[in-house]
Amino acid sequence: MTERLAEALLWGLVASAAMITVLQASVGLGWSRLNLPMLIGTLFTGNRHRAIVLGMVVYLIGGWLFALLYFFAFAQLGHGSWWLGGLLGLLHGLFLVVVALPLLPHIHPRMASDVDGPTYYRRLEPPGPFGTHYGHNTPLTALLANVVYGVVLGAVWPFVE
Amino acid sequence: MRAGSAVSRRYPSIGDYGFIGDGRTAALVSRDGSIDWLCLPHFFSPSLFAALVDVERGGRFQIRPAEPYAVSRRYRDDALVLETTFTTERGVLRLTDCLVLLHHSPLMNELQPSRELLRRIEVLKGEVNVEVWFAPRPDYGRRPSSLEWRRGLGWTVPVNHGRVLLQAECPLEQAAGAALQGRLRLQVGDARHFSLAMAHQDMLVAPPLGEHAHQRLLATMEWWRHWGESFSYSGPYREQVFRSSMVLKALTYALSGAVVAAPTSSLPEAPGTARNWDYRYCWLRDAAFTLRAFDDIGFHQAGADFFSWLLHATRLTWPELKVLYDVHGEQPQPEQELSHLEGYRGAAPVRIGNGADEQLQLDIYGEVLLAAYDYARRHGALDRFESRLLLGFGRTVCRRWREPDHGIWEVRGVPRHYTYSKMMCWVALDCLLRLHREGYLDIDVEAFRAERDAIAAAIEARGFNETLNAYVAVFEGDEPDAALLQFVRVGYIDAEHPRMAGTYKLIRDRLMENGLVRRYPPDFDGLAGEEGAFGVCCFWMVEYLVLAGRCDEARELFEHVLGFANDLDLFAEEIDPRSGELLGNFPQAFTHIGLIDAALALAGVDSGEEDSND
Repeated sequence: MTERLAEALLWGLVASAAMITVLQASVGLGWSRLNLPMLIGTLFTGNRHRAIVLGMVVYLIGGWLFALLYFFAFAQLGHGSWWLGGLLGLLHGLFLVVVALPLLPHIHPRMASDVDGPTYYRRLEPPGPFGTHYGHNTPLTALLANVVYGVVLGAVWPFVE
Repeated sequence: MRAGSAVSRRYPSIGDYGFIGDGRTAALVSRDGSIDWLCLPHFFSPSLFAALVDVERGGRFQIRPAEPYAVSRRYRDDALVLETTFTTERGVLRLTDCLVLLHHSPLMNELQPSRELLRRIEVLKGEVNVEVWFAPRPDYGRRPSSLEWRRGLGWTVPVNHGRVLLQAECPLEQAAGAALQGRLRLQVGDARHFSLAMAHQDMLVAPPLGEHAHQRLLATMEWWRHWGESFSYSGPYREQVFRSSMVLKALTYALSGAVVAAPTSSLPEAPGTARNWDYRYCWLRDAAFTLRAFDDIGFHQAGADFFSWLLHATRLTWPELKVLYDVHGEQPQPEQELSHLEGYRGAAPVRIGNGADEQLQLDIYGEVLLAAYDYARRHGALDRFESRLLLGFGRTVCRRWREPDHGIWEVRGVPRHYTYSKMMCWVALDCLLRLHREGYLDIDVEAFRAERDAIAAAIEARGFNETLNAYVAVFEGDEPDAALLQFVRVGYIDAEHPRMAGTYKLIRDRLMENGLVRRYPPDFDGLAGEEGAFGVCCFWMVEYLVLAGRCDEARELFEHVLGFANDLDLFAEEIDPRSGELLGNFPQAFTHIGLIDAALALAGVDSGEEDSND
């Protein structure tokens, strides 16, 4: 059991690393300005440098937890493969882009809203519809990153099972 | 040539600009409150405002009274925070500009943009009608400018891999041609802020305006005050030396320690000509001068950072040296001409990138080794890695010094045997021999000494013109070169030596005009147009006079040259000896380094006189 959990955590880390690589590469290539570690880190601190480090740590922990959820889903379905993982990732990504990102201005303590504008504490640019304020390609790159995450987890499911 | 025409009247003089910077990028602000040059997010990035080189297509951000005014300017409290005061018939308006610096400030604990240009206006007396004009033109005006209103945030503009956000404490409305305009009437005591923040590969951050913006301005002043505490120079001309050190600090790229030659591109060396180059790079030539200037005025860490960048940057090309590198130690982008921009006062082409990196310039070996020698003496040691690098450069000098090159002045065309290049090759080997003698590294003394002496023999036989009784610019030539004034400072020859005295006389007679020194005679480089006097050469002349013991003459010349700085004590690369106008890229690190060195030379004389009086 411990060994399976360790494997799940290991592959969860690999999948998270793959996902963040896609996201950061899309930032570096100018396709999007969605800086996920900073977005997460600024939930906890206003210091930009600390936020990025803290955000990365929280992101990786979140990646592990979601990996366990994916593996749980594979176990419940009695099947796991790269395409099923990719499909789950796509659904996961759609949820993030369509539901979670628009919710952020309401729950993020440092994010301005499109309605009220910035305040002393709320300074971060809101994502806008489907995250498009961070660049028109943001929905696509976010979906791609989640699909990659799911594909990795689905592909390794036979080893973790 | 279009200078003097209607075109040139639409452009301010170069000396009419003020300069602000944050060690990552810089902006030029005209006396009319217009930001006419700003590249984001870095010095070398494409411009957002470039009215400096095209008033119509370049883009600008202007805030000024909407009625006739007189202008005065100053930097506030020894900080690179520029105050422009407009006096109108009915009131006085003060515009304060800075690029925000908050490191070590508690304000860093609240989310801040990675770059912010902050502008504050306040009415000191009466009432003033103010007009605002914001016309961003990203990527040197090459891409269409699109202003987008983000409800609640402000106006945003997409730029390369990022976006800028303009927030203003006054209503702005869209004007024709992708611009914003606003007019407001302010009474005494009223203040308004304008913040231009940039996100590069990142989400935007909207810093708050009002009193919070004022706090960031004050924190920026505090940052400069804290930085200035390291300034240890207390000799004559302290104000000018401090201002020069501020310029150097602002031109030092904070992320690597590299010093860019100037923050601008394509300000012409001669009015209306094609002598326009991109100076947003780091010339190794400036190395020894920069390092010594930093160290001599107390900024030892900046000197160490610069030396570290120098060795890092040259690692990829070792044991050869390139003429210039970008702030990260990479080769500059290839030279391009921006044909859609008309150029400053019609001086086309506007160039970005720099083609000089393809030239062979042998003098840089001497300058780098001189910097290394200074560094070793001040810091007490060289590590094995540094020693290996320096030895490699020394061997390259031994192998290549007989080749013709393009010389310190980067003269385009056929390579020639420049006397200054040979002299600096001599300096390179002499520094290695001195480093060996003083125990910093081990070398094959005989081999290096033989080559060094061979260089000296070549200089004496071919670089000295018996008829003129002077060293000349090119072997077997008859033209002067102001760089040869450096022969004394680098220890090649005594100032009183008849050959050096003759060289000084030739330079004075042929290159001086109105008390200013050209670097070489007008036709020497084969380019059209006559360039001005070269700022750093004027200061080299001062140093030579000090070393020759002619201190009164040196002091007189120094003060004469200082008189050509603009009202903010800033210098460009060159000065027109007839009109006194500043020419070339602005402000220029090399000129300000020359100023510091000359002031230090004069200070040395003063302290020597005081000692002897004691």
